[in-house]
Amino acid sequence: MEKSYYNPKDLKKFGEIAEYEPKLAEKFFDYYGDVFKEGALSQREKSLIALAVSHAVKCPYCIDAYTEDSMQKGASEAMMMEAVHVAGAITGGAVLVHGVQMMNKAKKLSM
Amino acid sequence: MIKSLKASGNKLAEIENQLRVLADEPFKTELPTFKKKLEPIGHFPLKPSKIEILQINVGYMCNQVCKHCHVDAGPDRKEIMPKEYLQKCLDILEETQIPIVDLTGGAPEMNPNFRWFVEEAHKIGVKEIIVRSNLTIIKANKKYHDLPGFFKKHNVHVVSSLPYYQAGKTDAQRGDGVFNSSIEALKMLNEAGYGKEDPSLQLDLVYNPTGAFLPGDQAQLEMEFKSNLKKDFNIEFNNLFAITNIPISRFLDYLIASDNYEEYMEKLVLAFNPEAVEGVMCRDTISVDWDGYMYDCDFNQMLDMKVADKTTQHINDFDLAKLEARDILINQHCYGCTAGAGSSCQGTVA
Repeated sequence: MEKSYYNPKDLKKFGEIAEYEPKLAEKFFDYYGDVFKEGALSQREKSLIALAVSHAVKCPYCIDAYTEDSMQKGASEAMMMEAVHVAGAITGGAVLVHGVQMMNKAKKLSM
Repeated sequence: MIKSLKASGNKLAEIENQLRVLADEPFKTELPTFKKKLEPIGHFPLKPSKIEILQINVGYMCNQVCKHCHVDAGPDRKEIMPKEYLQKCLDILEETQIPIVDLTGGAPEMNPNFRWFVEEAHKIGVKEIIVRSNLTIIKANKKYHDLPGFFKKHNVHVVSSLPYYQAGKTDAQRGDGVFNSSIEALKMLNEAGYGKEDPSLQLDLVYNPTGAFLPGDQAQLEMEFKSNLKKDFNIEFNNLFAITNIPISRFLDYLIASDNYEEYMEKLVLAFNPEAVEGVMCRDTISVDWDGYMYDCDFNQMLDMKVADKTTQHINDFDLAKLEARDILINQHCYGCTAGAGSSCQGTVA
């Protein structure tokens, strides 16, 4: 058993998930590749969205990968931090909006 | 201003130490050497095509000290090509009809015979004269203020480094104040007619990553640079060349000091593109150093890897047929030119 759950070197082994289930892995990686192609959104926009999502899902592999990918695509530090704030605002908002549910319940239970 | 590796006594100023790093891990066990990558695709030994470019490094003196500089150039460097060798290069250009001369440095304009050379090259009809200008030299001293007009008079193709269209990243790599000074110089070049429709007044910019990552798509970056420089400063230019940082000299020092070396080399190896091998610049270029010796490229020059054919290593013994038949010398730094879309002094190659 590894002593740590996360090892940066594992990111490079991502493709190895095909070892146990090649067909699904192939479908996934084809899809993944297509998603990040230039389309209605530029590759850099997609990379910054991926960076924001990486933070929202708290994936250290993804954060490393999409920080570098964003830099490679010419994103500035300010752009990357704004993307992280978007993730922060949405995840924070997602918590706080449940405050309404709490208030609804509290009010229902109160005299 | 930081000092050159040489002036600061850095151990990487000794070429053997750089070669030792390139021969060591991760290439001893984990990663294939560049030679191992060329063999199965039939490119070892790597051979030249037709020599189209004589790239002359007219001296290592520079008014800037950039963190990534593969030349280890700076104000403290005194190596300057003497007029005798510049004349010899002119003779070679005239005799061989090599169509392009590419002047680099250091800041090539700091060679006292720079203007004379450009005038003479223009006179003998060299088809294209490239000057790799760092831009700030134009603003550095009154005696350089008229360079845009001089370039224009001789149809010089100006190629200049600008790693980003904002100050922060540019100054982090090239020194405080470099961005603003570069912008002023670009405006002067635009005023002289450079970077616009006139095909004889080409102004190209060089982008190289400001850190341990590879350059992105050249066309995308060019669009970004064009729109931002136009919007923020009303500056125009023709093409953007995306160049990969080569792991030698000061960039190698940075990679090691920042603990990025092994990962960077791994990135280069993983991004190896066999198609880029066809277009690497060492196949159509001869690089000349300030002392008249010849190399396969400016990077090999900095590693003192002179052209393999010992009978034609100096411009005094220049032999075009032998040079076009030589084996090109390679090492692990060559991965920098074959990663992704490839990299050369003219940008991507694949």
